Amino acid sequence: MSEPVLIMGAVAYAPKVVTIWEGFKTFFVKNGLPFDYVLYSNYERQVEAQFDGTLHLAWNSPLAWVRADRIARSRGQQVQAVAMRDTDCDLRSAIVVRADSPVQTLADLRGKTVGMGALDSPQATLIPLDHLRSEGLVNPRDFLLRCFDVLGGKHGDHIGGERDAALALMAGEIDACCLIDGNHLAFGLDGTLPSGSTRVIARTGAYDHCNFTTSPGAPAELIERFVSLLMAMRWDDPQVRPLLELEGLREWRAGRTSGYALLERAVDDENFYSHDGAILNADYRY
Amino acid sequence: MAPSSTPTIDIESLGLDQGALLLIRRALAELPVGGELQVRGRSPDWEMHLEAWCRSQGHPLRFDTVEGQPQARITRGSHAEGRWRDAQATGTALGDINGAPADDAEAGWGLAARGATVEAGSPNFFFALHRRHELWAATAGELYRQAAAAQWDPGTAIEWDAAFELPPAIEAAVVQVMTYLIENENAALLVPARHLGQIHPHFREVLQLLALQCADEARHVEVFTRRATLRGHEPALSTAGGQASLRTLFDAPDFSVATFLLAVLGEGSFVNLLNFLQAHAPDPVTRQIARLTARDEARHVAFGMAHLEYRLSVQPDYQSKLRNAIEVRYDALANTAGLNEEVFDAIVLLAAGELSPGAIARGHAAVQQLQRDMAAGRRARLARLGFERDEAERLSALHTRNFM
Repeated sequence: MSEPVLIMGAVAYAPKVVTIWEGFKTFFVKNGLPFDYVLYSNYERQVEAQFDGTLHLAWNSPLAWVRADRIARSRGQQVQAVAMRDTDCDLRSAIVVRADSPVQTLADLRGKTVGMGALDSPQATLIPLDHLRSEGLVNPRDFLLRCFDVLGGKHGDHIGGERDAALALMAGEIDACCLIDGNHLAFGLDGTLPSGSTRVIARTGAYDHCNFTTSPGAPAELIERFVSLLMAMRWDDPQVRPLLELEGLREWRAGRTSGYALLERAVDDENFYSHDGAILNADYRY
Repeated sequence: MAPSSTPTIDIESLGLDQGALLLIRRALAELPVGGELQVRGRSPDWEMHLEAWCRSQGHPLRFDTVEGQPQARITRGSHAEGRWRDAQATGTALGDINGAPADDAEAGWGLAARGATVEAGSPNFFFALHRRHELWAATAGELYRQAAAAQWDPGTAIEWDAAFELPPAIEAAVVQVMTYLIENENAALLVPARHLGQIHPHFREVLQLLALQCADEARHVEVFTRRATLRGHEPALSTAGGQASLRTLFDAPDFSVATFLLAVLGEGSFVNLLNFLQAHAPDPVTRQIARLTARDEARHVAFGMAHLEYRLSVQPDYQSKLRNAIEVRYDALANTAGLNEEVFDAIVLLAAGELSPGAIARGHAAVQQLQRDMAAGRRARLARLGFERDEAERLSALHTRNFM
């Protein structure tokens, strides 16, 4: 009988994903963990593959985690978030207007057009929608939502939606846009949003981003070795550092699920997924 | 209140997207891992940007309120120094006390400046010429400086509109000699260029010198072409034997052998030929061209000699490879015609200046003297490389009849 191999799913949101997982595969195999990966074009099919025996675990977006968790619970099964990046913890998104905009507070957005990212982006759409709702602003009753829907199914991993919204803000096509805090800094540095050209009128609460989600019945021993090898990866190690840089982290941390409450609420309020993980949003294409 | 001992910077109203990150990075770099930096600021989004940046860099961050103003406290993360752990030293910019670079330049040093500190894990570059004895010359730096100072502009260094009138037969001879020179200079450009791309940039002086050598040859090709076509003619004849001789230079097994055959023997002979043209050419343009190109070629010979002297000083038995290279090349060319008659006759005609028997006799004698000078020069250079007198004479005689 051949040796059991840990099979992981990842979404190919950019060409570098191949480089990343080929590098990780080499690292794991060199360290004695039989490992392979399967790439998906979208998180929906990846999550579904966690329940048909294809995948032992998946590198999931926060929204994919929410769906996997819902599907598992509805079947009386369990998925676990076993690891995440240091950079996945405590993110916040910003709602931004042009510096010369008459909009001073969120209430001033009533009747205005708010640009967001991809329909399925937690950071640029769902969590900002939740924040506006908590402030009494509900789409489409109180404002007009314009989604910059780049690469559906990739849950906003592709930065293009946020960049398109930022450009539309500068072009005067929309009154506000929503983006992750780090991207506001990055767009300032790269000139997309020239320094001083915008004003942050609100920030969402803190939330967590991606995690490695185990599938129901995943081989515990392989998962344990996978996690301990991740935790042993050191930024100091020149063989490992390029992989960590590509994946955007300094160190891996134990998974936690305390940072997904805002997204859970948004998924319900925006009717994105049902409680058993069915896709409800009729406009969602992936 | 006692002043805080924690280092503090005030970025005032400078945004993190306006350069404040530079100030923060520099202040953090002064701290040990785990050390704390206080940051005050006033720009509208500085706190949000600092949060995002610290998260991405792995620096723990918290905010206090001091006198009603937010103040950040950044703890320098443990990863901050990781990038430079086990970094590679690459020698010093000016080399060792003798000005020499490393014995062996490592693939992982890549394109870095000599003396730079290179992050561990930088990609390997596989330069075939990475061992000092395979390419170095003690005078490489000095020859580079001379070469850089001696670059000349073909447009202005030569009086292209100088007045002269040559009989058609003499002008045709000039065109034939220029045609011959061009194909030889194409070889003198391409042979070092092929090796140039294989040299580890740690050996900066050799890289720079060969780059200028290629630039010299590019100019030579230009001026020979301009002289060939100055009176409306197309370049003349190119023979199979001539090209076969040059092709053997492309087949040389390594940089040192190529340098030996091309620079020490070939270009060395060419210096004689160009000096001959400077003395005997029938028009001022050709004489000026010969003077300028001979000066460049002499520098190329000097590098070739210096490299081989260095190599033989650290690897004396390499001399047998040089001997073998001449013999192999001689065998390879044994069945070719050597210098073509058209070129030989053209050189005689240039020296003769006219077609009368008396003038031709003078021209012929001058070319015979040229060939004796070339052989003597080769013998002298071979002797400097340690060959015994008789052997230097024998090997000199085996040199290609095509001169280069």
